[in-house]
Amino acid sequence: MIEIQNIHKSFGDNHVLKGIDAAFEPGKVSMIIGGSGSGKSTLLKCIVGLHEPEKGQVYFDKEEFTQMSFEERIPVRREIGMLFQNSALFDSMTVEQNIVFGLDMFTSMSKEEKVDRANLCLERVNLKNTNHLYPSELSGGMKKRVGIARAISMNPKYLFCDEPNSGLDPATSILIDELIQELTEEYQCTTVVVTHDMNSVMGIGDYILFLYKGEKFWEGSNTDMLKSDVQELNDFVFASPLMQAARQVIK
Amino acid sequence: MIFHHFGKYVMLLRKVFKKPEKWKIYIKEIFHEMNEIGVGSLGLILIISTFIGAVMTLQIAFQLVSDLIPSTVIGQINRDSNILELGPTISALVLMGKVGSSISSQIGSMRVTEQIDALEIMGINAPGYLILPKIIAGVVMMPALVIVAIFCAICGGLIGGSLSGAVAPSDYIQGIQGGFNGFTVAVALVKAFVFGFIITSVPAYKGFYVRGGALEVGQAGTQAVVIGCISILVCDYVITALML
Repeated sequence: MIEIQNIHKSFGDNHVLKGIDAAFEPGKVSMIIGGSGSGKSTLLKCIVGLHEPEKGQVYFDKEEFTQMSFEERIPVRREIGMLFQNSALFDSMTVEQNIVFGLDMFTSMSKEEKVDRANLCLERVNLKNTNHLYPSELSGGMKKRVGIARAISMNPKYLFCDEPNSGLDPATSILIDELIQELTEEYQCTTVVVTHDMNSVMGIGDYILFLYKGEKFWEGSNTDMLKSDVQELNDFVFASPLMQAARQVIK
Repeated sequence: MIFHHFGKYVMLLRKVFKKPEKWKIYIKEIFHEMNEIGVGSLGLILIISTFIGAVMTLQIAFQLVSDLIPSTVIGQINRDSNILELGPTISALVLMGKVGSSISSQIGSMRVTEQIDALEIMGINAPGYLILPKIIAGVVMMPALVIVAIFCAICGGLIGGSLSGAVAPSDYIQGIQGGFNGFTVAVALVKAFVFGFIITSVPAYKGFYVRGGALEVGQAGTQAVVIGCISILVCDYVITALML
């Protein structure tokens, strides 16, 4: 379980996060949503330690992460898998090398064991026989799936996804969403997804945290969201004609 | 501003020299970088040093037009100039352009595409993994390249002098053998070691802290080369003043 308390983050005079509290439970897909510039990605980076919040605490299973030194964070970080917006695969490495990199660094597994693990992860994301391809040879959707395979290679306890659907066609987006949901259930990991894709939110979001201008504006489940009377949330969720039509049908 | 950047640079170096997570992987990277920095720059160093040696010989011969000065002096001056200054410094300035811009853009691209964030998320000391192998490769390969550069420059002087008739080969060879002080080579190697460190660490610093996109990565590369070249020249003066 991940808990965050009173997170504040500023960049110069720009106060991006203004006291965010939330709890993300294991085995569930938690989603952070909000408009552009609302602080979603900043919050995610504060949680994983890529940004240091000025105020507030982040707890991973009751252990305070924010106060830890770089060395103290290493055991926690080995339990984190993260899918980046642009996949962030290492360009100079093949798909297989990308996946086994963490295993190379932190385990004493034999080469065969590592290759087996890479194959297993690739099979899990439906990408067999791509081991020797370089990231530049992959499509956007394939890169995302390799990113997920890399994220799960170390059996993560916490899975973070930053805009997993950005730049993908609807069919591939659904595949990625299903994969995230299946992996969350399979590994019983605490999954936090930053997105503004409402299809994903409605499809796999168990817990939704809505940020508006750096503040926590609303939280609840995806079904609660449809019934919400909060104007700012409704303006965001039902901005598209498709979602407006869907709301009418539900009503 | 300068102190701010210098402080940040020193802090980065502290992270770079932390104990590696796994030496085996770092050693593999060190050999890879040695190949990139050293072997990859050999051709350029060979060409530049040979021509510098040849041109130096012609210019020294042109300026020493006197019956009172033996032509063996041409070889001596060429040898000492190349060992003490041209070999290490020109090689370093050339490599700053070639290797420095490459390191800066490589690390800068990794920064803007979140690859460095991905390393940090995994619990890997990103400065150590990305920069330490480059610095070790730089300080090991730079002295080797400087030795090659000095050798080529002296040979270039012989070839250039002979072809143009500026100096007889026998006089030139006699010149390069006479009055040799081995300490000059030690000075050259100390310079090469320091320059190797600058060529790798300064661009790595600029690349590591780049923010933005492709434009900023390009600008960081340019800044790295400019700052690196100035640092090389300042260190060149300090080492020369201290050792000679």
